[in-house]
Amino acid sequence: MIRVVLPYHLRNLARVDGEVQIEVGSPATVRSVLDALEKRYPVLRGTIRDHDTLRRRPFVRFFACKEDLSLEPPDTLLPDAVVSGAEPFLIVGAMAGG
Amino acid sequence: MSKIRLLVGTKKGAFILTADGKRQNWEVNGPHFAGWEMYHLKGSPAEPNRIYASQTSSWFGQIIQRSDDGGKTWQPPGSSPDELIGPGGMPKAESNKFVYEGEVGTHKFYDGSQHPWEFKRIWHIEPSLTDPDTAYAGAEDAALFKTTDGGKTWKELSGLRGAKGHLWQPGAGGMGLHTILLDPKNANRIYIAISAAGAFRTDDGGKTWKPINRGLKSQYELPDPDAEVGHCVHRIAMHPSRPGVLFMQKHWDVLRTDNAGEQWSEVSGNLPTDFGFPIDVHAHEPETIYVVPIKSDSEHFPPDGKLRVYRSRTGGNEWEALTKGLPQKDCYVNVLRDAMAVDSLEPCGVYFGTTGGQVYASADGGDTWNPVVRDLPAVFSVEVQTLS
Repeated sequence: MIRVVLPYHLRNLARVDGEVQIEVGSPATVRSVLDALEKRYPVLRGTIRDHDTLRRRPFVRFFACKEDLSLEPPDTLLPDAVVSGAEPFLIVGAMAGG
Repeated sequence: MSKIRLLVGTKKGAFILTADGKRQNWEVNGPHFAGWEMYHLKGSPAEPNRIYASQTSSWFGQIIQRSDDGGKTWQPPGSSPDELIGPGGMPKAESNKFVYEGEVGTHKFYDGSQHPWEFKRIWHIEPSLTDPDTAYAGAEDAALFKTTDGGKTWKELSGLRGAKGHLWQPGAGGMGLHTILLDPKNANRIYIAISAAGAFRTDDGGKTWKPINRGLKSQYELPDPDAEVGHCVHRIAMHPSRPGVLFMQKHWDVLRTDNAGEQWSEVSGNLPTDFGFPIDVHAHEPETIYVVPIKSDSEHFPPDGKLRVYRSRTGGNEWEALTKGLPQKDCYVNVLRDAMAVDSLEPCGVYFGTTGGQVYASADGGDTWNPVVRDLPAVFSVEVQTLS
């Protein structure tokens, strides 16, 4: 199980509290985690990445193990600590005021 | 006894304000969707407890929400468990999917270059007058979308962008389709308005569109003041008994047409300034109209710090200031284009919201005003439902 931490507004939208745990096939990548997340919570489609192009929305970031994975190719393998569930995969709303 | 329900969209959530027909004591409910930009909420005339809402965010994009119980509970259309998973086990969840049809094409950009259309958000939702499952949505970048399944899926009426879309350009607030007027006497006729492209009309249910901007003059905004498209129309309004008569608040100028947009004429008359955003028509007097003059395109606040609604009982040209109950000193708020509405009670109620978070109500056609609420986030939109 991969632990995913959603930002506040997406937790509200998906109607979940705290982390969500997602079963992801091997190999676990950013893309496969997001695919599995959207399959379980379809309401999140279009909110993290574009509906059509599947490109990350500009003000959404992906963090794991103190690394920023936002700019990595979507098929980049996730760190072992995320795959094992020791560390969460963080989906974060980028800092921006307003 | 009749009941009034105000649907207020703000920069940080939605609020529902209710009162009985006296319109004196108001109950405030919200925020709904706290922290999200709520551009617009509107109820179905055919089923008033069905309300559509545009929930949007620079971070997480566009969400369409729907209530079927008058705003008590909400859900993105099509998100009930049995509707979530489509054939092959893949998620459907297409209520927030707005995709331009066919060749995406380009429009004019700020620097004069051509720029591809990019969907950003829904500015305005206009439910059908007769079918609760049908609604229209006005988008930024400007386009018109339609749902016929209660908001589960949306399809672009792409003929609109064929009406010289390559010459449209964004205003300072973006290139948004903000006004949708459905003709109550002709189901095939729809008027829309875009900043900054102008007003357009379809007579075939949305397949083809024509610009209806003859008579508009934009000498400070366009190299050709009489251009067919490119005008920054801020709002148009219609009285349902006379759908061929429209009133317009343009960037500068207040105008009217008596022939469904074939020709417009200026009716700014004695207004202190004819810059502004909203315009609306009295529910029972088709020649009584309301605007809120704003000092200028450079200073988006009321002249002299006095918040004044202006009313014309003659369809324009002759205007009177309505001030009773409105701040007449040190007021520097704006009233945005979708933030004025009228109810259908007798006497007619008039409502507007400000960027300072106040919502004002008049239960006597504008003669006197009272704040319904004073400290909301900046108000984007106000709609009113008159419930029996």
